[in-house]
Amino acid sequence: MLSPAEILELRKDFPIFYQSIYNKPCIYLDNASTTQKPLRVMRSIDTYYRTFNANVHRGIHYISQLATKAIEESRESICRFINASNIEEIIFTKGTTESINLLAASMNSFVDYGDEIILSEFEHHSNIVPWQLLSNRKKLHIRAIPIDENSCLNLQSFENLLNYRTKLVAINHISNIFGVVNPIKKIIEMAHSKGVWVFIDGAQGAGHTKIDVRELNVDFYAFSAHKMYGPNGIGVLYGKKKLLEKFFPWQGGGEMIKEVSYERTLYAKLPYKLEAGSPNISGIIAWNSALKFLEEIGIERIQKYEKYCITEVSKELKQNPNLLFYAKDAPRSAIIALNLLGIHSFDVGCILDRMGIFVRTGHHCVQPLIHALDEIGIVRASFAVYNTLDEAEQFCSAIIKAYKILS
Amino acid sequence: MCIKENIQKVIDEFLFIESWEERYEYLIFLGKKLPKRSKNLRTNNNIIIGCQSKVWLRAYIKFNKIFFHADSDALVPKGIAALMLRIYSGQFPYEIIHNTPLFIEKIGFSSFLTSNRANGIEAMFRAIKKYAIYFQ
Repeated sequence: MLSPAEILELRKDFPIFYQSIYNKPCIYLDNASTTQKPLRVMRSIDTYYRTFNANVHRGIHYISQLATKAIEESRESICRFINASNIEEIIFTKGTTESINLLAASMNSFVDYGDEIILSEFEHHSNIVPWQLLSNRKKLHIRAIPIDENSCLNLQSFENLLNYRTKLVAINHISNIFGVVNPIKKIIEMAHSKGVWVFIDGAQGAGHTKIDVRELNVDFYAFSAHKMYGPNGIGVLYGKKKLLEKFFPWQGGGEMIKEVSYERTLYAKLPYKLEAGSPNISGIIAWNSALKFLEEIGIERIQKYEKYCITEVSKELKQNPNLLFYAKDAPRSAIIALNLLGIHSFDVGCILDRMGIFVRTGHHCVQPLIHALDEIGIVRASFAVYNTLDEAEQFCSAIIKAYKILS
Repeated sequence: MCIKENIQKVIDEFLFIESWEERYEYLIFLGKKLPKRSKNLRTNNNIIIGCQSKVWLRAYIKFNKIFFHADSDALVPKGIAALMLRIYSGQFPYEIIHNTPLFIEKIGFSSFLTSNRANGIEAMFRAIKKYAIYFQ
């Protein structure tokens, strides 16, 4: 596991922690919303704009070729990072949300009226609403795998939901609200045995756990750079080549064409067919630096360290009768979800903020689940590799202090 | 007392308290002192849409002055609502329209004044102003 000294060393790479807020260093525990960025990510954006800013894939001039080479190297890195078999399977998008919208728009050709899509009760709004938009067009039925008493997906119910009308299973790898790691390999096997495609929303997976799309045999997988130490506004949809080839372009524009006349257009091949318009070049290039940062440390070591952090926090706080822990018995990633009994999460967030501890509170874009739990909000502390054990300890004391102030 | 005097009084009270913890405790105390309202204040008609906490606000007019009732399901917004009521309830609508709640910043709660969607407090003041415009 990563030692405290190693954490302090890699933390130096993050300029945001050099400053004081409320006259002290801030404790950032909102990493599931977005992570902070290492210096090398900022530098690669800077270098791109200073030295080889040019549009890609079109110019024959020197700096355009440099930019093209740089973004294609990023695509190769991502391909390697998730162990995809081909760079044609890596489609750049604005982020996970756009990836899901791309998939939902493309699925239009593969569903018939009355077909079904299976989600789960854990889904983020961005893995619900695009499917509702599709179902409005095609009168689909959306089903949700329920969560059992241990906050795990109920696989027996999932088995019962699968039927000949099911066209897609779309669930997250790791729940953004509880950090529960879903048994996606098993779910993919079960769905495939009925001939159903599976999409995994990996927004909370990437950067916290190993992703091997070939070992999972997953059909589609999406994630965003900004939740894995990379820049904003860039993400990926991975899809098996044989499936993506069947997709009709979902957006038209430059970049995605081979030949255009007013009568008809011949489309470019994968991945460009699904990437209309000039891409987010600086974002794609900087993402590669973030991937290098992750690969240098090693995703398994990050995972172990983050797990240790949340285990220590759970041990420290679980004795406290005034706290309600969520999903404490489920396999979890780097997230602690809790409530102080009888206290609104907004109030807790206000007090923690004033102590310089930044967490997320509220419904976490998972309103159906929050309503099912009969809660108005939840306090979520989410860890990343640069969070120290000292910060984890301070978070525990802050929770106890917040309870004293608010009760 | 006019709005200006009310504001000065609130600022003096808060600046007298040194630590932020005690300021919060005082704010929460003020919120808890808001008169208990009957259930018909907590209706969807009176709700101010903020993202995380619910705030209910109702107004009526008497002798040309505007009076407010408010409530919240969270303690901090309820405290802020109590401050708003102390300052604006019982004032003439035109005076409210020409005021901005800068006092929130002066008493150390500036983070509540952003138009962040998580924050219902800015929305609270807009609702007070809307009532004032309506009753003018």
